[in-house]
Amino acid sequence: MGEEVKLIGSIQSLFSFRIEWALKLKGVEYEYIKEDVRNKSPLIFKYNPVHKKVPVLVHGGKSLPESLVILEYIDETWKNCPLLPEDPSQRAMARFWAKYADEKCLIAVWQAYMAEGEEKEKAMGPALESLAFLEKEIKGKKFFGGEKIGFLDLAVGWIPHWLNVLEEVGSMKLLDAEKFPSLHEWAENFIQISPIKECIPPREELVSYFHSALIYLRSLSANKP
Amino acid sequence: MADEIMLLDWWSSMFGMRVRIALVEKGLKYESREEDLNNKSPLLLEMNPVHTKIPVLIHNGKPICESPIIVEYIDEVWKDKSPLLPTDPYQRAHARFWADYIDNKIFQLGGKIWTRKGEDQEAAKKELMECLKILEGELGEKPFFGGENFGFVDVSLVTFSCWFYAYESFGNFSIEAECPKLIAWTKRCLQKSSVSSSLPDPLKIHDFVVQLRKKFGIE
Repeated sequence: MGEEVKLIGSIQSLFSFRIEWALKLKGVEYEYIKEDVRNKSPLIFKYNPVHKKVPVLVHGGKSLPESLVILEYIDETWKNCPLLPEDPSQRAMARFWAKYADEKCLIAVWQAYMAEGEEKEKAMGPALESLAFLEKEIKGKKFFGGEKIGFLDLAVGWIPHWLNVLEEVGSMKLLDAEKFPSLHEWAENFIQISPIKECIPPREELVSYFHSALIYLRSLSANKP
Repeated sequence: MADEIMLLDWWSSMFGMRVRIALVEKGLKYESREEDLNNKSPLLLEMNPVHTKIPVLIHNGKPICESPIIVEYIDEVWKDKSPLLPTDPYQRAHARFWADYIDNKIFQLGGKIWTRKGEDQEAAKKELMECLKILEGELGEKPFFGGENFGFVDVSLVTFSCWFYAYESFGNFSIEAECPKLIAWTKRCLQKSSVSSSLPDPLKIHDFVVQLRKKFGIE
């Protein structure tokens, strides 16, 4: 286990931060290689030729992309501070909700952030629906992992910081404390935990990035026939 | 206490087929229930309230949803027979990566081939062939994606093979012409009883697509 660990990540990428949190929780030393998602270096094309995205974990020279795949790899390689529960049905549930959060919740939030005018109200519907499912899942628990944070907490760990920024830049309110009290409380608890609280992107950086991204993305759809 | 296993399924679903293969690989007895996807049963709605989709595995009353998650669950619970995932963490991650790649690409692209026309269809064909070539490259000279043994990635991809004839007919192209090693691999997989007993006849799938196209008004 003394092999070198590198993480190719980006300060704007919520997927990168999941990996940093996992490595720090497990006390794994790693070298962080900073990528700019707007200006990808040859390193990304070398280590992730299929998707050309961050994050990529490089362990002993072997590379691994896709954040949820990386999280499971980290959990299986460094067995201290386990992220996934031992029971197979609970593991399946954690994987199910992580997949749901990425494929439904995050996409819905993204669509709502991009939408304008009348379309925005309509686009917020699926995002609110998906948050309602997560609210139900966290109800009665301090963290998705139980008493301690786990795989699913890391997977939805974008909610406290990134959702807040997307709401501001996208002119919308999704995570309402009254509508989603348990999820709201979870978010407040999550960002207080070490090493999460010491490892968050600077808010201004995220605001600036998502603001320019919105202008760019909207210009792309305006130019479509 | 004997395990009670039920699978909520639909005969033409590549995702349902994956679970069938895994259950047979592990030698498990189960009850299969065919859902009417136009009239979903209260059981399906109760067991998968989030997506209301099949397949759903119900093991001793507890539901597991999403085919790659179900297959991994089956592999973990019945770990002593026919392991589908390797033991080495890097190889396991590699397998999960490729299963995820298959899930993100093949279904949508294949679907576009039989539902679209003109440029849209051509673009989908081109992209599907690129993806299949990438997968063929990943297979390399190995008998299976899992190496010497049939594994997780094999289960994830082989279920699309019974849909290839439909894609080829409606897209007017040949997958074998460009990916002969991949087609050879599908034939190798079909020699396994778990696969041959879980996949329907490609002609039946083709006829089903003909019906769907009529229903959706696609010429």
